[in-house]
Amino acid sequence: MKRKTTICIGLIFGMMILLPGLAYAQQGFLQGGQVHGNFQLDAQYYEPDSAIGAFEVPEKFNMNAYADLIYTNDNFSAGIRYEAYLNPLEGYDPRWEGHGIAYRYARYRKGDFDITVGNYYEQFGSGLIFRSYEEPNLGYDNAMDGVRVKYNPAKGINFTGLMGKQRLFWDQGPGIVRGADAEFYLNELVSGWQDKKLKVILGGSFISKYQPDEVITFTRDDSLYQLNLPENVGAFAGRLNLMYGPWSLTGEYAYKANDPSSVNNLIYRQGQGLVLTGSYSVKGLGITLSAKRIDNMSFKSSRTELGNVLDINYLPAMTRQHSYSLASIYPYATQPNGEFGLQGQVIYSIPEETAIGGKYGTDLSINYSLANSIETERISSEFPVHAPGTDGYESDFFAFGDERYFRDINVEVRKKFSKSFKGVFSWVNLDYNIDVIEGHPGEPMVHANVFIADMTYKFTYKKSLRMELQHLSTEEDDGDWAMAMLEYNVAPHWFFVISDDYNYGNPVENDQHHYYNLAFGYNQGANRISLSWGKQREGIICVGGVCRNVPAASGLKLSISSSF
Amino acid sequence: MRKIFILFIAILALNQLYAQRGNTLPDVEIKTMQGETVSTSEITNDGDPMIISFWALWCKPCIKELDAISEVYDDWQEETGLKVVAVSIDDARSTSRVKPTVNGKGWDYEVYLDPNGEFKRAMNVNMIPHVFLLNGDREIIYQHTSYTEGSEYELYEKVLKLKEGKSLDD
Repeated sequence: MKRKTTICIGLIFGMMILLPGLAYAQQGFLQGGQVHGNFQLDAQYYEPDSAIGAFEVPEKFNMNAYADLIYTNDNFSAGIRYEAYLNPLEGYDPRWEGHGIAYRYARYRKGDFDITVGNYYEQFGSGLIFRSYEEPNLGYDNAMDGVRVKYNPAKGINFTGLMGKQRLFWDQGPGIVRGADAEFYLNELVSGWQDKKLKVILGGSFISKYQPDEVITFTRDDSLYQLNLPENVGAFAGRLNLMYGPWSLTGEYAYKANDPSSVNNLIYRQGQGLVLTGSYSVKGLGITLSAKRIDNMSFKSSRTELGNVLDINYLPAMTRQHSYSLASIYPYATQPNGEFGLQGQVIYSIPEETAIGGKYGTDLSINYSLANSIETERISSEFPVHAPGTDGYESDFFAFGDERYFRDINVEVRKKFSKSFKGVFSWVNLDYNIDVIEGHPGEPMVHANVFIADMTYKFTYKKSLRMELQHLSTEEDDGDWAMAMLEYNVAPHWFFVISDDYNYGNPVENDQHHYYNLAFGYNQGANRISLSWGKQREGIICVGGVCRNVPAASGLKLSISSSF
Repeated sequence: MRKIFILFIAILALNQLYAQRGNTLPDVEIKTMQGETVSTSEITNDGDPMIISFWALWCKPCIKELDAISEVYDDWQEETGLKVVAVSIDDARSTSRVKPTVNGKGWDYEVYLDPNGEFKRAMNVNMIPHVFLLNGDREIIYQHTSYTEGSEYELYEKVLKLKEGKSLDD
């Protein structure tokens, strides 16, 4: 296998290096073909630091790397991705260990048809019943391997049909996923609607999963029962998108047939999901209101997998994704078994040359989000809710459950004070149910307040200094944090960073750690190299102009990214 | 490890080989802010230069970059006929907040949604912000990742050189 991979890579590279020469020598052959690609490498040397929870890593030095190569010629394109996890960085699932060609496809577009064989990513509607995607920084990839056909017979009509198996690290899941989606843009289709102010898009999709029967048992009253499992599980969704001048309304409803799995504790209840968003926006003002209800909507191509693998659908969290380090200590993720969520956001640009707007104007953003449990009732006095082998529970579609999972209210002000000085100031107040979200039974709800100041001073038009000051206060969990960062930038090539996250309020005195970090990097066009040393807490870190997810660790880290 | 090293060298070599070739835009499906599915082959600026910027609501440097360009966009458009196309890679979690945010900020860019990263992958975008500069024939002639204060001027210098027909490397 190893040798085959090496030969395969060798051949491909040989071809790719020879291609331009060939193209010039033999005009016509492969003429007009284009090759492009990208490369990403993250390597880390680990120093054990038991105090912060960075244990000794036997390999001492780990690396994640991948490279994509894409060849396109007119209507044809093909691509491969080589991935190497030798061994995977700490924080990634150990099942990533390995290297080889993990993704390859060929695609042909002609006329109304678009055909892909091999691997592909796809999403139907907002993803409530189907989404195949990758997020290498999070170690997530549920790529499909199979066939996809898109057919677009007229402007305003899009059909997609697909069938395949899903990626599970270096293997594939046991289930087969097949489905179809149709989307209609009525203003293109209905005569006389072209110039209507009201724009209407309708869509519908169907997905079915096949997984052979297997033996899954549970015990009730000291007797062992075996489940009668559905081999085919169907799901459908319908969506609507209305637009009228500054107003818009989008919604999607999804239904999933009974699908007992380890995630839903082997219940036969059907799943439902609803996402609704309304918005109003004109230049200088944007208002959004969203609501969602998720009820037993975990949908995987394996009955027994837990965790973030083999998901057929995608259930987005309806909360703001924070990117400042202390604000992202307590991030929320959707509870697939049941959740009621609300979100509202207002963005307003206070005009220039007004009392509050100042000379350069001021941007204001207020965001509120809430996620609660759904209301659940016992199906009969005989069984508790979620009892395996039953229909699980009954639930009023419009009722909020009493358990709060998450609440966030945040205000952000962006202000430019002068030509050389500007800043972003935020306040975040959140409730975080650490028991449910992180699975720490019995721990109290975390109530936290975070203040952030992000200020940039420009010395010359290419040299600038950026400073972040952040403070998080909470009585619960790890207590108070303070953070300071200085970043010196020489645009467009160099950056230097020094930062410290200090958990000074940790109730355990021995755990009041400093998380220092020193980093520098160099950018040239789409090539970037950075080196950092220090201790990292888990979270989304934004440094030197980019954001990525970093696991907890201590040591020296090297990142190289290139794209051509 | 050695294989990776060879791979890296090969990619750098390819980078040099192909750097000047001027790849054109790939043809994939993306969505307008109205939700309509369109092909990236419809993105054009009638013979004038274009900047395509990949961004997301959760990416602070992206917002800073687009805010910075927004302040001078009128002048840039007037001087060079430039068009800025902002492609949001926000997924279903936040796609519905893209349009209100763009309007709320008063950005005059042509904005598209790439909720499942189809265009992002076809353009080999590893991290954002990632900007591409295209000439009037829709060929990619320069690209840059990350944003630091002042990078927008360097980008605009390239646009001016392009407009004057000079080589970008001077």
